[in-house]
Amino acid sequence: MTTPTKPVGAARRLVRRAPQERTADQGRAARGGHAARHGRLTPWLFLAVALISEGVFTVFPFLNTIVLAFTDATRLKGGAFIGLDNFSRMIHDDRFWTALQNSALYMVIVVPCMVFLPLLLAMLVHTRLPGAGLFRTAYYIPVVSSTVAVGIMWSWMLDSQGLVNQTLKALGVITEPVPFLTERWLLMGSAMFVTIWTGLGWYMVIYLAALTNVSRDLYDAAAMDGAGWWRRFVSVTIPGVRNTMVLVGALSSVAAFRVFTEIYVLSGNTAGPGGSAMTVIMLIQRVGTGLDAEVGYASALSLVVFVITIGLMIAVLRMQTRENEK
Amino acid sequence: MTATHAPHDPLAPSPAHRRAHRRRLSLNAARYAGLTAVAILCVGPLLWQVSTSLKGNGVDIYSSPPQLLPEKPTLSAYSKVADIVPIWHYAMNSLLVAVAVVCTNVIGATCAGYALAKMDFRGKKLAFAVFLTAMLVPGEVVLIAKYMLALSMGINNSLLGVILPSAVSALNVLLMRNAMSGIPNELEEAGIIDGANAWQRFRRIAVPSVRGTIAVVAIFAFVGSWDNFLWPLIVLSDQSQYTLTVGLNYLQGTFVKDPRIIAAGTVIAILPLVVFFFALQRYFFRGVGEGAVKG
Repeated sequence: MTTPTKPVGAARRLVRRAPQERTADQGRAARGGHAARHGRLTPWLFLAVALISEGVFTVFPFLNTIVLAFTDATRLKGGAFIGLDNFSRMIHDDRFWTALQNSALYMVIVVPCMVFLPLLLAMLVHTRLPGAGLFRTAYYIPVVSSTVAVGIMWSWMLDSQGLVNQTLKALGVITEPVPFLTERWLLMGSAMFVTIWTGLGWYMVIYLAALTNVSRDLYDAAAMDGAGWWRRFVSVTIPGVRNTMVLVGALSSVAAFRVFTEIYVLSGNTAGPGGSAMTVIMLIQRVGTGLDAEVGYASALSLVVFVITIGLMIAVLRMQTRENEK
Repeated sequence: MTATHAPHDPLAPSPAHRRAHRRRLSLNAARYAGLTAVAILCVGPLLWQVSTSLKGNGVDIYSSPPQLLPEKPTLSAYSKVADIVPIWHYAMNSLLVAVAVVCTNVIGATCAGYALAKMDFRGKKLAFAVFLTAMLVPGEVVLIAKYMLALSMGINNSLLGVILPSAVSALNVLLMRNAMSGIPNELEEAGIIDGANAWQRFRRIAVPSVRGTIAVVAIFAFVGSWDNFLWPLIVLSDQSQYTLTVGLNYLQGTFVKDPRIIAAGTVIAILPLVVFFFALQRYFFRGVGEGAVKG
């Protein structure tokens, strides 16, 4: 943070002056008697743009989602209250269970990768060796690349005629092309790979910030005690970045559960053979848009997603507080 | 992205030292090998994409071994992709949306952050709660209700409909509030004594102190907007209004079977941000580092 370029006149004088020298009036101001500082409306003028934007496009739609979830609204009619019908319908909806399973699986596989691989990468980059900055930048490039473009790129690479299959064939590993994009589990795996590929650099930067806070002395002391690199990793690095690992776990689990673009693009907008690789957000998009949109049912699905993501965050945070109490 | 040589230490006298030195050298070599391998994995596919987009019609793109440097590079794929879809028009749409979103986010979040950090007023807790709630609600959860809202407001199928919902992100407001809280109160007091009103204090004291955070907010807003796909996909139905991500997805769905053309399209979507990022990276890594340490 830079200091202000044009400090207002009295700034220096006031900082230098001892507290008891202040007049009673200034004392009151310093204690937080803000009444005289600005008009009553001023704070709201400052807040207006942000508050209106959030109110109209997040808070109101959120409240509306809760209401709509208990109605049979469609795109064309407002809908009537139908109690929990949408939720009981969900229980008998195979698409919902497939989607939930896929999103959950996505999370279970992607999150551990996102917690550990970027940490290893950060440790690799966290060095004074020349060129480290260049590598750091290289790893961040997939992060700033548009997900749709990256998805399209990988869908050509993983195509039956693509670079990956060609290379595997040239190496004699396979004779028939691997159906990376047309088989349910391979498609899921390919999408996960793309998610991890784009996310590595992002979480690496978060870890890099944390690593700079781990004291060099701890490593030196551990090395003096004859600890090998694995021992130093487990006993010094991991405890030093544990809070960051929890943060990354929370961020990446919520993100992974909400996956949409990767599977949508890699499957060519089809969600895999027979919709078998559909995720929950894809289901919401399918059900809730178009001319025959079932807005009520889509809202009920959205509400389930909300409860799950909040539940995930609470679970991760509780894990952290419990660890800290030990 | 090749590995440079490990630093050579000219002072290595005793055998013990030399052994330690040799071990460090081999350790560094291993480290560079690892760094290079990951770099190839991260940048290689993008380079391959650029290379494919530059290959002429006669050049075999499936040659084995794969050829990274095209023999006769040509830009013909870029003009062909523009014949199939108005890709430059899509790019302009994306740019317009991104610039608008950057402006609204920077202005909205900085003002709101100042009010939340440096002003005392009734209802402050409520305002704070609104932003906190908004941050905890994932965009996908309100997707359908937001879509219905856009329909009833008549902003569907227009760029305005893409811009408005991402005008100010709650996360940015909270980021700015944290940054503003770091400004010493004495500066505010001094401003009051000098007779500066709230707006002057905001412009002359607060804003210059949080330039780093403003940069981070601007970069996040730009990248986020450029990358945004699900919302524009839903809200835009007319092809002429497409942003680049939706347009690319549409291009992929057409029956173009030439990878060179698709590659040209993806390069148009990726390259500007990579260049933009290269230009600002020093600033960016510092800003994000600061934010993460404080947050």
